[in-house]
Amino acid sequence: MTRALDHLVIAPILLPLVAAALMLLLDERRRTLRTALSLTSTFGLLAIAIVLMAMADASPPGAGVSRTYPLGNWPAPFGIVLVLDRLSALMVALTAVLGCAALTFSLARWDRAGPYFHALFQLLLMGLNGAFLTGDLFNLFVFFELLLAASYGLLLHGTGLARVRAGLQYIAVNLAASSLFLIGVSLIYGVTGTLNMADLAQRIATVPDDNRMLLEAGAAILGIAFLVKAGMWPLGFWLPTAYAAAAPPVASVFAIMTKVGVYVVLRLSLLLFGEEAGASAHFGGTWILFGGLMTMIYGLIGILAAQDMPRMTGYAVLVSSGTVLAAIGIGGVSVTGGMLYYLASSTLALAAFFLLIELVERGRAAGADMLAVTMEAFGNGTEEESEHEEEIGAATPATLAVLGLSFFACALLLAGLPPLSGFIGKFVLLTAMLNPAGLVQTATAAAPGATVPMPAAEVWAFLAVIIVSGLATIIAMTRAGIRTFWAPIERSVPRVLAVELAPVAVLLMLCVAMTIEAAPVMRYMQATAQSLHATTDADSGRSIPPPLEKATEARP
Amino acid sequence: MEIILAIGIGVLTGSGVWLLLRPRTFQVIIGLSLISYAVNLFIFGMGRLRTGAPPILHEGVVDATARYVDPVPQALVLTAIVIGFAMTALFLVVLLASRGLTGTDHVDGREQGQ
Repeated sequence: MTRALDHLVIAPILLPLVAAALMLLLDERRRTLRTALSLTSTFGLLAIAIVLMAMADASPPGAGVSRTYPLGNWPAPFGIVLVLDRLSALMVALTAVLGCAALTFSLARWDRAGPYFHALFQLLLMGLNGAFLTGDLFNLFVFFELLLAASYGLLLHGTGLARVRAGLQYIAVNLAASSLFLIGVSLIYGVTGTLNMADLAQRIATVPDDNRMLLEAGAAILGIAFLVKAGMWPLGFWLPTAYAAAAPPVASVFAIMTKVGVYVVLRLSLLLFGEEAGASAHFGGTWILFGGLMTMIYGLIGILAAQDMPRMTGYAVLVSSGTVLAAIGIGGVSVTGGMLYYLASSTLALAAFFLLIELVERGRAAGADMLAVTMEAFGNGTEEESEHEEEIGAATPATLAVLGLSFFACALLLAGLPPLSGFIGKFVLLTAMLNPAGLVQTATAAAPGATVPMPAAEVWAFLAVIIVSGLATIIAMTRAGIRTFWAPIERSVPRVLAVELAPVAVLLMLCVAMTIEAAPVMRYMQATAQSLHATTDADSGRSIPPPLEKATEARP
Repeated sequence: MEIILAIGIGVLTGSGVWLLLRPRTFQVIIGLSLISYAVNLFIFGMGRLRTGAPPILHEGVVDATARYVDPVPQALVLTAIVIGFAMTALFLVVLLASRGLTGTDHVDGREQGQ
């Protein structure tokens, strides 16, 4: 039984891969079979993710890693390992939830707007899960490329001028970033002679001083590659355009793509440049903090200036990732805990909002016409249309009421107003920043580094920007809400299928559940933060087997 | 050998970055290709340069680490080349689609001043 559970760690990568491969073999017309396969895989993924989360949570709070999975059973510094801990389990679970919601939503019609939607979707999930689970830098690169390649295809899904134009720039930016990624990885390899993250963490402290500059340059270049993904201020101009152009279910899954960048920054900055990294400790923290602040400011200006809702949501993504980045820059166990709660809540809310705006805009949208055209061009729109005519939702005001309520909930979540989970996330962040040692008296608090005397000015700036960004969000959301729900000139109620409304409702209910069950969720997040910070404390961390004779000893 | 490699990487990167910043999509894709060549050479260089040293260990050779070259960067380069090829091909398709849809090869999808 335990052996089977061990192998479960690789299941989030294998399951979508197999599903995608099978789908490529199927004929494009066997839609029911593909849909069934896709649904099975994604919901299976959700089940696996929940089990993984339980497995990760079973380990004691201080311990870093619950499970490592050596691929091909090669010992750790030589082979590639997958690593399961609370953070990766949490991210995999988030991915699975978003995947289920977006897939269900797309079944109404979006999956028919172009070929290979389901296969690309599964590959995207595979890339995301792989990036979250891997414990090896180069393997991380491979999974990044996988998820990016799938995301290029998905961004272009449904074609159209806007998507191709946005896609072209998105691909160019990401290809350039991938080159930076490779340069960073190879610099780090050149200095330390390892790519295994845990091994790397141990060797960084012993890097001689004349090589330290090279190492830090490598880490900085690597960081830029991730910050491009995360959309940090001077690097994130591509993001709102690309997200606004993507098909709604795709944009909804993309909500977690910025979080991949954030995740890697969090993981690597804590693992590689934690307390015991010697001269390199806290490398880049200030840059990430100020970059995060600038991202938030840029995002909130964008939210206020945006003319349409998809674009506005794109900027909201920037605000969310800016908040998380700034919190990473500030550091500390309880800040990290609050940040993780905020990350989960805002990702769910953003995903729900991306889906919701398509439904809301449908009443007046011109996008629907364009979709109809592409479906026609693709040749399989017609019979589906007639089939749908009978079952399409009755245009009752009740639909509008539900949409309005969901919109309201999204506004509260994104702006971080009480009573929903957005508020709790921000509240915990703020409390933790003002009182760094307060919420959790960790064992690590004894170490001098755990309560770094923080320059108060930065914290106050962050505080102010968080509050102002909440205000800006609520202003923009109110404006958009009034324009959409209260002041339409010709009143047409959008026709919405239950299968489209359900994912939005489920995502929002998850946020409500996070609010009601805030205590256990928060406990999980704090335990995650604790174990993340604990990994930087000498030996408790991502234990690798005692180094065999180092093959790299001869390295100068 | 080191200086030639260094100059080569520098020239490739420089030209690549310059082309990447040009307004035509074809220039961008050539720029990206040049950058990826430079990156591949760079990864190779990070494994230290050594001539005539095989990357695969044989049994019975004493002082193995001094006689052999580090195989990891070579494996990394292979992976990077494969991924780079795939991405370039994909970008080429998008580039053609953009050219077809917009009727121009400008990266913004419209000529300047339009």
